[in-house]
Amino acid sequence: MSPERPLRLRVNWIRCDGYGLCGDLLPDLIGLDEWRYPMVPKAPIERGRLDEAQRAVDCCPMAALILEPIPRDGRR
Amino acid sequence: MPTDQPVRRLLSGPPLDGRPERFGDHVARLGPLPRRIGPTEVIAALEASGLLGRGGAGFGVGPKWRALAERGRGTAVVVANGAEGEVASAKDRVLMAHRPHLVIDGAIVAAEAVGADEIVLYVGGEHEAAIKAMSRAILERSGESRPPIRVVAAPIGYIAGEASAAVHYINERDARPTTTPPRVSAHGVESRPTLVQNVESLGYAALIARFGESWYRAAGRRGSRGTALITLSGVVAQDGVHEIELGSTLGEVAIAAGATMERTRAVVLGGFFGTWADTRDVWDLPLDPLVMRDRGLTFGCGMIGLLSTHACGVAATASIMAFMARESAGQCGPCVFGLGAIASATARIATGRAGADDLDGIARWTSQIVGRGACRHPDGAAGLMASALEVHRDEFEHHVRHGRCPIPGAAKVDVA
Repeated sequence: MSPERPLRLRVNWIRCDGYGLCGDLLPDLIGLDEWRYPMVPKAPIERGRLDEAQRAVDCCPMAALILEPIPRDGRR
Repeated sequence: MPTDQPVRRLLSGPPLDGRPERFGDHVARLGPLPRRIGPTEVIAALEASGLLGRGGAGFGVGPKWRALAERGRGTAVVVANGAEGEVASAKDRVLMAHRPHLVIDGAIVAAEAVGADEIVLYVGGEHEAAIKAMSRAILERSGESRPPIRVVAAPIGYIAGEASAAVHYINERDARPTTTPPRVSAHGVESRPTLVQNVESLGYAALIARFGESWYRAAGRRGSRGTALITLSGVVAQDGVHEIELGSTLGEVAIAAGATMERTRAVVLGGFFGTWADTRDVWDLPLDPLVMRDRGLTFGCGMIGLLSTHACGVAATASIMAFMARESAGQCGPCVFGLGAIASATARIATGRAGADDLDGIARWTSQIVGRGACRHPDGAAGLMASALEVHRDEFEHHVRHGRCPIPGAAKVDVA
């Protein structure tokens, strides 16, 4: 994936079941609330950490974590 | 317009006595719907009018139609959204029950403007008069040259009127929101581009298509332009639906309906997804979506709930939060668990059984659930809760510290 456009993490909330593996893998980037649902940063992921972010995406059992270009239309 | 004359524009015509206006009378009163105006003219008129959507989000109607019209390909679908799951709002059901032809006119105008070949009237299943009126109205117009129109009765529920939930139900009989992207404007009913527009917005669009944007903007006070439907509830003599000039103050509207500032403890504005405000802060507030947005408030669906000085804001808030938690679609963890925790904690506080961490917990959950759901239900509930903590701060503290309500003889409040 070309890292030219900034990428962000986004959660598909309907798929997410609160396994919390993403937070366990990237604790300084992804927080977990008391029910183990993730709190992902709004800011783009630093290029040096994209591989780790991709690993968290790959490890989600519900395929609920997404690494995607930040949309130009400002949608959340 | 003088203060004492009720405004009648959307609601002009025969008295609101429970009977729908017939098609013949509607056409005699307003003239036929202009059909040869081009889609670009209608959209331009709507943009010039400044008409904002009345479903709650308040997005410009003209810009919304333009964005859909410029999509490039595929025929679209128009969904007239009359689900009105907001319990304290009655304007959509009143409009549909009495002026169904205005709503259908607006849907036809929208279909022509955005290139749609199908219209769905999505009406809350519990709004029986509205369903009957809209269904009969379609039959009255069976000879008309227009896209096919059908009524789909929405299931009862707060969430059923959310745009993606409406589309989901129309497609699959499942009234739960879906994740976006894709937005319904790109991928909606039958996977086609879909315009979901509130029925009141469509009613105004039908009148603007006939009489133009300067007609719409001829009403309004204090620099605001246009009119809107509001629903007043609580400590008023004449609760219910009123049509007001935008820019009228809350106090003017409340007093005209028999309320007084002295008997009003606080106000809920916009809906249960809106906010509490202190009576004194908003008595002189011009009711206008743009003015209210600038002050951090929301016009929302035009709901105005006046809490009596005999009632307790903590109990009212607990009741609203219990409702919001129950009405979660149940799909997203932060909403289900976060709203559940907030509802339990406010209930404990309201009944004098506050836990030591309850106020802190409420503050934490309220800030944490924002933006963490497929739809904006948790955001709306969080906004209501955060405003409650500010507006009813003293009562919350009294309940927590003393385990009692500071309001002597506070009436038990049931708002849901």
